Amino acid sequence: MPVVTMTVNGKSVSGEVEGRTLLVNFIRDQLNLTGTHVGCDTSQCGACVVHIDGKAVKSCATLALQADGADVTTIEGLAAGGDLHPVQRAFKEHHGLQCGFCTPGMIMTAVDMIRRKPELDEKTVREELEGNLCRCTGYHNIVKAILAASEEMRA
Amino acid sequence: MSEWGIGKPVRRREDDRFIRGRGQYTDDINRPNQTHAVFVRSPHAHALIRSIDLEEANAAPGVLAILTGKDVAEDGLAGLICGWTVHSKDGSEMKAGGHPILAAEKVRYVGDHVVLVLAETKAQALAAADLVLVDYEPLPAVSLKNSTEPGSAQVHDEAPGNLCFEWELGDKAATEDAFSKAARTVSIDLANNRLVPNAMEPRAAIGDYDAGRDEYTLWTTSQNPHVARLVLSAFVGVAPEHKLRVIAPDVGGGFGSKIFIYPEETACAWASKKIGRPIKWTADRSEAFLADAHGRDHLSHAELALDEDGKFLGLKVKTKANLGAYLSTFSAAVPTYLYGTLLSGQYDIPAIYVEVDGVYTTTSPVDAYRGAGRPEATYIVERIVETAARETGFDPAEMRRMNFVKTFPHQTPVIMNYDIGDFEASLDKALEVADYAGFPDRKEEAAKRGKLRGIGFSTYIEACGIAPSAAVGSLGAGVGLWESAEVQVAPTGKIEVFTGSHSHGQGHETTFAQLVSERTGLPLEDIEIIHGDTGRVQFGMGTYGSRSGAVGMSAIFKAIDKVEAKARKIAAQLMEAAEDDVVLENGAFTVKGTDKSLSWPEVTLAAYTGHGFDTAEIEPGLKESAFYDPLNFTFPAGCHICEVEIDPETGVTEIVNFTAIDDFGTIINPMIVEGQVHGGLVQGIGQALYEHGIYDEESGQLMTGSFMDYCMPRADNFPGFKLGFTPTVCPSNPMGMKGCGEAGAIGSPPAVINAITDALGIKDIPMPATPARVWAAIQNSATPKAA
Ligand code: FES
Ligand code: FES
Repeated sequence: MPVVTMTVNGKSVSGEVEGRTLLVNFIRDQLNLTGTHVGCDTSQCGACVVHIDGKAVKSCATLALQADGADVTTIEGLAAGGDLHPVQRAFKEHHGLQCGFCTPGMIMTAVDMIRRKPELDEKTVREELEGNLCRCTGYHNIVKAILAASEEMRA
Repeated sequence: MSEWGIGKPVRRREDDRFIRGRGQYTDDINRPNQTHAVFVRSPHAHALIRSIDLEEANAAPGVLAILTGKDVAEDGLAGLICGWTVHSKDGSEMKAGGHPILAAEKVRYVGDHVVLVLAETKAQALAAADLVLVDYEPLPAVSLKNSTEPGSAQVHDEAPGNLCFEWELGDKAATEDAFSKAARTVSIDLANNRLVPNAMEPRAAIGDYDAGRDEYTLWTTSQNPHVARLVLSAFVGVAPEHKLRVIAPDVGGGFGSKIFIYPEETACAWASKKIGRPIKWTADRSEAFLADAHGRDHLSHAELALDEDGKFLGLKVKTKANLGAYLSTFSAAVPTYLYGTLLSGQYDIPAIYVEVDGVYTTTSPVDAYRGAGRPEATYIVERIVETAARETGFDPAEMRRMNFVKTFPHQTPVIMNYDIGDFEASLDKALEVADYAGFPDRKEEAAKRGKLRGIGFSTYIEACGIAPSAAVGSLGAGVGLWESAEVQVAPTGKIEVFTGSHSHGQGHETTFAQLVSERTGLPLEDIEIIHGDTGRVQFGMGTYGSRSGAVGMSAIFKAIDKVEAKARKIAAQLMEAAEDDVVLENGAFTVKGTDKSLSWPEVTLAAYTGHGFDTAEIEPGLKESAFYDPLNFTFPAGCHICEVEIDPETGVTEIVNFTAIDDFGTIINPMIVEGQVHGGLVQGIGQALYEHGIYDEESGQLMTGSFMDYCMPRADNFPGFKLGFTPTVCPSNPMGMKGCGEAGAIGSPPAVINAITDALGIKDIPMPATPARVWAAIQNSATPKAA
């Protein structure tokens, strides 16, 4: 079986995978980083979003082998040195989560959204969340949290 | 009041683990030596099983065992049960067909469980499942429409004509009499569309049998682990109750779908003993679509009788409710006692009569989904009231106001006794927040842009705080619906609260601790809320029906009463004061009118040393338990106003304004309550505009079996919501709470459809009002109103 090597949350990791092994399964089952979730089998819910080389990617739609040599950040790696990322803080402050299942993917998507779009407004945030489903929050407070974090990070 | 006390928007304590990816959901747990389960499911809606050939599959790599309904029967396991027995008009009991763990003779819906494959890895289990050969003899599918037609196929032999029950409620003669005296009547035919719950975490289970102790542990995505244990032991016979521990760890949303006891977790627990290893099963989303219990799915005809002044005289409703292929855990209660009892709405209607035929079909079981029966009732009432206003020329707000119940308590003709409310207060506030007076101008302005603008109301009521045990027992419930709590104070004064409620998004670790903080003066970090584990919590009926505040917290309240009473007794002896003079304030026991005081930890430590008080009179230790049985249902109510704009070119409906003013009684944490409303609104608006579980009439295949076909509400489908509260304090529980978890999903669908039909000038449009349907309605309507 082929071996993949990548950096995950700052640490170099490698493991044997099958050609068909998805990145999300490598992360969850082999690295035991279970903060990245699986909410669907059609690449639509976004519970599995991680960053590959700084960009938000659905890890259920990526083969582990495709991430060979890449720099991967999962939700567990976002709080650098233990301090919460501003987006994590904003999700708590604005009650942007209820059951928490969609939350890792939402937060990773939001971080990338803020990086790409320095001038965020409500409409843009809502459109940018096209690939992330939440069944609990009605999105209202997720949108609020992302706007607040974006403002804080710009300041 | 402590700074974390009741009424404060305290930030959630559970968030810390979730935002760091440290939650622990069932699929995040792995047991040593764990194996993996995959179910072979029926590809047919309805078929006889002629034979099952396992030879090739058994020889596949990694396979440990392959089990069928024969194995289940050999081990003496019974089927799953429905915990509520409904009776038909003629007094006969509902006709419950068997609900097997693994179907042996016949399959009854696409996704029905036939074979359990256990292998070393999930990939191996999936590969072996592909090699299982089941020979089926297909039978005709049975749909809601054709279920009761003569000549339809029979889903269960026990239920001729596919009728499980023919239920009624209310006074038929009095209602007929009201109609005979009516100045006019209004009628409407309504479909309540089938929904798929789609909690974002798919269901999962790990069964782990410990041969050394002869004990089972089951981790499962459950809203009520004690009920799961009770059903699996007392009814299915997996293990005696004291030999089975059920743990529901972090659970990623439920909305009803995780109340029920399903074949999958049952099979994982049972089979883990057979193979002597832990077994994990996790649904993929496609399985969730097929095999989670769905919600709603009614066809109804309703008639309202009015006098010449527009006062309601009577309401008649006839409903055909889809139960699916098997009776699920609470499914018989949903279209009956959770539905018919709410048909009085917020109105004083002297006579009501409702008939419900519960029918079997070859579809996934239908059971409680957020609101459970109450959204269906609200949809009937609020659509027919709106229709009546239009047909009689009344303003829809004023017609409602005129018919509101205004004095309490109010006995409706359909069992419920409304204890308190102020329906005009929520209506008035909603009219103001939504700027109803300015609507004609906005409509005119929209017309200039070529848009059709409409406004719709819904003044809903629901029954929560489920439920007084004797009352539900007399209506057919097999269980009592109290809640339990234990409050255990450690010698250092730290508090552990063991609650029978289960949080899967509701934030109990925060709100329940707020109550304890309010009562004791301790900071939140000194309070731990423990739930979801039959090995730690004494008992619990679980979380659903917006009951955890009104019922679960009331149990905690009662247990704290007992803890406080005992601690005060101890403190009184320690300070040599009269017990009545000792008060607990701001975390200290003080003798009134003196400077004598002992801190909470000083007293709790003394409780455990047994020093300084008479242990012959007062037992050492400080731990109390309470079971709280509600005195009445609670009645959250409110007013939703929806404003839409429709593009006549495309049929696309945009929600441009949504106002929800609710009366939830006392609110513990307004931030969390608002979050519950937001979530409920999106599910309710999702029902009105997007979501639809569709089975093909001919083949019985689920046509909307993935997120590609089933339209889930997304962030860009909504504006921000305008919320407000007009509380009246509930008299039947110690904190005056009513419940807030389902209101959004109950109140909103009729508001949306009333707005769309207002914009289009038509009587009805079926849910979901998709662009295609709206566009067709515009084409068919004789007099489009704008553009
Ligand atoms: S798991 Fe749903 S998009 Fe990746
Ligand atoms: S918080 Fe539960 S799915 Fe988003």
